[in-house]
Amino acid sequence: MIRVGMVGLGKMGLSHHAIFNAHPGVRVAGVCDSSRYVLSVLGKYTDVDTYSDYEAMLEQVPLDAVVIATPSSAHTGMVTAALERGLHVFCEKPLTLDPEESETLASTAQERGLATQAGYHNRFVATFREVKKLVDSGVLGDLHQVTGEAYGPVILESQGRTWRSRRAEGGGCLYDYAAHVINLINWYCGTPSGVGGTALPSLFSRDTDDAALSTLYFDSGLTGQLTVNWSDESYRKMTTRITLRGSNGRIYADRQEIQVYLRDASLAPEAYGEGWNVRYTTELTPPVWFYLRGEEYSEQVDAFVRRATEGAVEGTNDFAGAAMTDRTIAMMVADAARGPSTARENGDVPVKRRRRRLLARRASA
Amino acid sequence: MSQPAGDATAATAAPAPLDRLLFGDNQFFGINHMSEEKARSQSLRFQEIEAVIEVLDAAYEEGIHSFMCTTHDRIGLICDHVRANPDRYPDFRFLPGMPYAHKYANAVTEQGMLGAVKGFLPDEGLVDAAMRGGKSLATRDIEGMVTLLIDAEMKMFQGLQAPVVFLQNVVVDLLLGLGFKEAFVIFDRHVRERYGAEPGFITMNLPALLDVLEEVGIENPVICSNINKIGFRMCGGIEAYEETLRERRFRAIAMSVFASGALSPEEAIEWVCAQPNIESIVFGASSRRNIAGTRALVERHWRR
Repeated sequence: MIRVGMVGLGKMGLSHHAIFNAHPGVRVAGVCDSSRYVLSVLGKYTDVDTYSDYEAMLEQVPLDAVVIATPSSAHTGMVTAALERGLHVFCEKPLTLDPEESETLASTAQERGLATQAGYHNRFVATFREVKKLVDSGVLGDLHQVTGEAYGPVILESQGRTWRSRRAEGGGCLYDYAAHVINLINWYCGTPSGVGGTALPSLFSRDTDDAALSTLYFDSGLTGQLTVNWSDESYRKMTTRITLRGSNGRIYADRQEIQVYLRDASLAPEAYGEGWNVRYTTELTPPVWFYLRGEEYSEQVDAFVRRATEGAVEGTNDFAGAAMTDRTIAMMVADAARGPSTARENGDVPVKRRRRRLLARRASA
Repeated sequence: MSQPAGDATAATAAPAPLDRLLFGDNQFFGINHMSEEKARSQSLRFQEIEAVIEVLDAAYEEGIHSFMCTTHDRIGLICDHVRANPDRYPDFRFLPGMPYAHKYANAVTEQGMLGAVKGFLPDEGLVDAAMRGGKSLATRDIEGMVTLLIDAEMKMFQGLQAPVVFLQNVVVDLLLGLGFKEAFVIFDRHVRERYGAEPGFITMNLPALLDVLEEVGIENPVICSNINKIGFRMCGGIEAYEETLRERRFRAIAMSVFASGALSPEEAIEWVCAQPNIESIVFGASSRRNIAGTRALVERHWRR
């Protein structure tokens, strides 16, 4: 039985709290949030001990691990404080807004032998996990193209009032939405050596982006493209798609199905043959002990609980992997700030001043 | 409403049995747990409410009079249609499930937790909450606020038969995970007292939920959960579900009996009809042929 402290009770935090609380190997020993209202409701109607001060909770409650689901800009300080106390840490994504800080957190955890995990739940989605298995098997031959997409109806009018609408705190489509897709690309293909043609346009948001477009270059010669937009009402909810092309075929996957086309199946894993292969989440997804929003949320919690119990430093979504994503995101932010390459080289292509200012502000955020 | 609010007999009399077959609404809203492609083609097909009504009419003519639906805005259009044609739908029953979770989730991202709740409260919300025995938001009495949200979602069903009102699984399972047991009591009481309806609970964690409902004194509850031959989204495991069906007292509605298309209709229906103590099956279909097909299968295999 591990003792867990929950930090941040927003949308993700409440969901984590429910899933951790339902885990037979966990006792939620304290919850912490800045909203006294949320704390008072939980305190009144459930048995949990509540804290409005993070340091006080760390000081007063004996813990084995913390779950941090606060605004992204607060992650570095909170994770550091937990690691210094020898606690295992589950932290929501993105890990931090600065890849150097993420790498420092990863190495601190490594040195202290602590389990860490970032909340990139797509790595626990059965279809995306199947893609990983196929890519690692080499069945696609030489990979030459990866396409990552995500669309959804999150921001449909200009009235954001939370930290999620402010870039400086880690809000916006790139950090909040595209990070998931970038993380999957990192999982399959590694960290790109460079990015180009990045655009982070705003549709409705004043202080952050509502879409993220970029080209990713990898040392192996593989090229990637990212197209993400969270202001698309034609999608009922977040829809993530990955397409990988190699010399021996193509893989397409979303959270419900995986379609694989193989030219030559002699090296294919079991259940895959020449031509089209389609497998569905219903056959690929193992049962979980408790279901709230999708098996992947339960599985990521279970994976973390196991690792914290065993003290397993390395594992799916450890901070070292999350730092790769933060590194990729930082490249994209810098690239977007540079603007279109024609403008840089010729100096004669008009770029609206307002847009330039916005991009500069993002780069310095 | 099927019965006048405050009707004392509603709470004490044995509840009327549910129809054997309930018609679901996932197919109308582009929800398909197996394929995004299929989901999109359905959402194109059912873009106009007339197309939805056409399928509902087919179901009604096949003798399926209970419609288990969300509180999506478009359901309001169906409510208007049924209200406007009482002679055509004398037995049409709505079994609404609330809340429609995605609109809340997106609102929370945009406005924060409290902002979202305030946004969905009716305009007179704060005043009304104060009248309901405590200024809800200020005094942290969650009951007034919860009942207001229920009333806001129930507005579209005014004047229609709604014998069961469900709490959706995202909320049920969140409350279950948090250990917020009192919320089930609040929902149960309000649905009975205000609407003379039977409260229902949708869950992916049937055995665990039933334990908690019994613990807080909710007896013989209506519970809708996945019940299918391959154990798809049946948390606690298929054996625990089978045992729960066999030995526990509750009114079971089976959903996802086809496991999102992973099972053939014949195999799926034969298995689910062989399980003990299932009161109803909820299913979705987009054509009269499929509705009639499912009905025929159930008539053939249902041995009670």
